[in-house]
Formats: sequence, C-alpha cells, structure tokens
Amino acid sequence: MIAKREGKQLAQDVVAESPFNIHPMDQFVVKPLFGDANVNINEVMGTLQWYTPTNVTLWLGIVVVCIALLFVLGTRGRAIVPTRSQSVAELIYGFIRSMIVDIAGEDGLSYFPYIMTLFLFILFANVLGLLPYSFTVTSQIAVTGVLAMAVFLTVTLVGFIKNGGKFLKIFWISEAPLALRPILALIEIISYFVRPISHSIRLAGNMMAGHAVIKVFAGFAGALGLGAVAPIVAIMAVYGLELLVVVIQAYVFTILTCVYLKDALHPGH
Amino acid sequence: MENAIAGADLIKMGALIGAGLACTGMGGAAIGVGHVVGNFLSGALRNPAAAGGQTATMFIGIAFAEALGIFSFLVALLLMYAQ
Repeated sequence: MIAKREGKQLAQDVVAESPFNIHPMDQFVVKPLFGDANVNINEVMGTLQWYTPTNVTLWLGIVVVCIALLFVLGTRGRAIVPTRSQSVAELIYGFIRSMIVDIAGEDGLSYFPYIMTLFLFILFANVLGLLPYSFTVTSQIAVTGVLAMAVFLTVTLVGFIKNGGKFLKIFWISEAPLALRPILALIEIISYFVRPISHSIRLAGNMMAGHAVIKVFAGFAGALGLGAVAPIVAIMAVYGLELLVVVIQAYVFTILTCVYLKDALHPGH
Repeated sequence: MENAIAGADLIKMGALIGAGLACTGMGGAAIGVGHVVGNFLSGALRNPAAAGGQTATMFIGIAFAEALGIFSFLVALLLMYAQ
C-alpha cells in the first residue's frame, strides 16, 4: 500500500517537473465564475448547480450580446448605401436565405428565423472561442446536444404536422426493389435516429479537437521558451486552419438542418 | 514499487492504449473526406459551369464522412476522461 502511494507520488512529481507539462483539455473545464477558481475538478463538479453562473453562461451571454450589437446597431441606420456592419449583416441574411431556398425550397422560408438564429449563434460562439483566454461554448456536448435535439424534434414534428402519416414514407423507399425495402427501412430508421448524435458530436468534436491542437502547440512553445520559432509558426498555421474550420462547421450545421427540413417538408424525394 | 503498476494503473494503461487505437479510426474519415473533395474537384474541372451549384452537396458529403471519424475521436475522449 505504501509502495503504491510512493509510486503514484513519484509519477505525479515526474509529471509536474516535466517541461512538457501540457494540459490541452483544461480549457474546456466548466468552472463557476465566483468563488475559488483554483479548486480541483472533482470539487468543482460537486459545487455546480443548474443555477450556478459559470464560464459557459458568461460566454453564452457574450455571444448573444455580440450578435445583437451587429444586427441591432449595425442595421439601425437602414442606409441605402450600407455601412460596413450593415453590409456584413445583409450578407449573412442573404447567404442563409439563398441556402434555405436552394435546399428546402420556397416553403422552407417560414423557418428562416430559426435557421438564421442557429447559424448566427454557432458562428459567433465558434469565432469568439478562438480569442485567447476565451471559452468555446460550442465545445460542450451539452450545448450542441441541446441544439441538435431541438432541430431533431422540430423537424420530426414539422414532418408529422405537414404530412401526417405520409412522413413515414422517408423510411420506405419506393424506388428500391421490394425485397430490399425492409433492409433499407431498417438502415434509414437507424440513420434517422443517429442524426441528433452525429449532428451534435460533429460540432463539439471539431471545436474540441481544433482548440486542443492549438493548446498542444502552445505548450511546446511554452516549454521551449524564446527559441520556439517552429511551434509559433505551427500555431499560426493551425490558427488559420481553425478560422476556416469554425466557419465551415457553422455552415455545415446549418446546411444539415436545411437538409433535414427538406426531408420533413417534401418526404417523397 | 512492484505493486505500483497494478490494478487501477493497469486499467488506466489499457484505456490509454485503447484511446490511441480508437484514434486510428479518424484516418478512415480523412480518407473519406479526401475522396469526396478529390472527386468533386475532378468533376468540377471537367465541367466548371456545374461546379458552383454542387458545392453545398460537397459540404454535406464531407460532413457525413467526417461524422464517423469524430465518433472514434469521441470514443478516445471517453476512454481517456470518462472513467
């Protein structure tokens, strides 16, 4: 027993003294905003309640404030020749509108406010998460899981309300040979219910992986000190890639919502 | 010291090895995404006029291919942290 404790202590000492003491996943820990910030993770888990203000709630608020600033203040002038912020807002608006029309058709436009909200929230949460010392809200599976479940439930309800029992036709592919249809139906049903899982994990996993990679390179730079040219160049390269990835992931989440909505509105094809 | 590498440590070791093995699944996703984009590009260079309208389809294909790789990443994370 004593030997075991000594071994563990020794292992901890080695880890603490190593110059490569990198904790890439520490940035995703949910901490209470008020109180002792240096308590260890197991104690934090005990003190978190549903009403505790944490860094997640702080950054959720910042995201909402930033969106409101861009869209309320940016478009307040309603100038015919748009200012810079107004043209950004108009570009995003037009982009989402044409995406919905292209994929879900004209009748998908009644869901425009929801899809626009989803896109803006995810885009701003992702991009703000790239700021140093910030917290990426969308790296939490709890957050993306709620978004994906909301999309899943909305789409399923819309499908049943608009089409009634005919909505079940998306599982029964009438173009396929009759013998294959039950097998295809099984596959379709599984893939339908995997949707909220893959939808949420794709976003959270991409955010988590990308930010962890940046943090790992930052750890190398910290270990090498002033001579750390290679890790800093690598961080710049990965950062540029991440900037691309965060926008693409927001786009992918939105476009998949449109695809699911198309299934609900036009289940035949 | 011999007892130090027993029980919980052995389980931890197995979990970390398993996490490393699970990450090989992401290589499959990399192949899949490369396949989608490569085929899109070769098609787009043959018929550039039709390429613009199919970009969204390409991204949907990438997303579906990538999701399965992300699943293996998730398994790795679960093995490392959720015990």
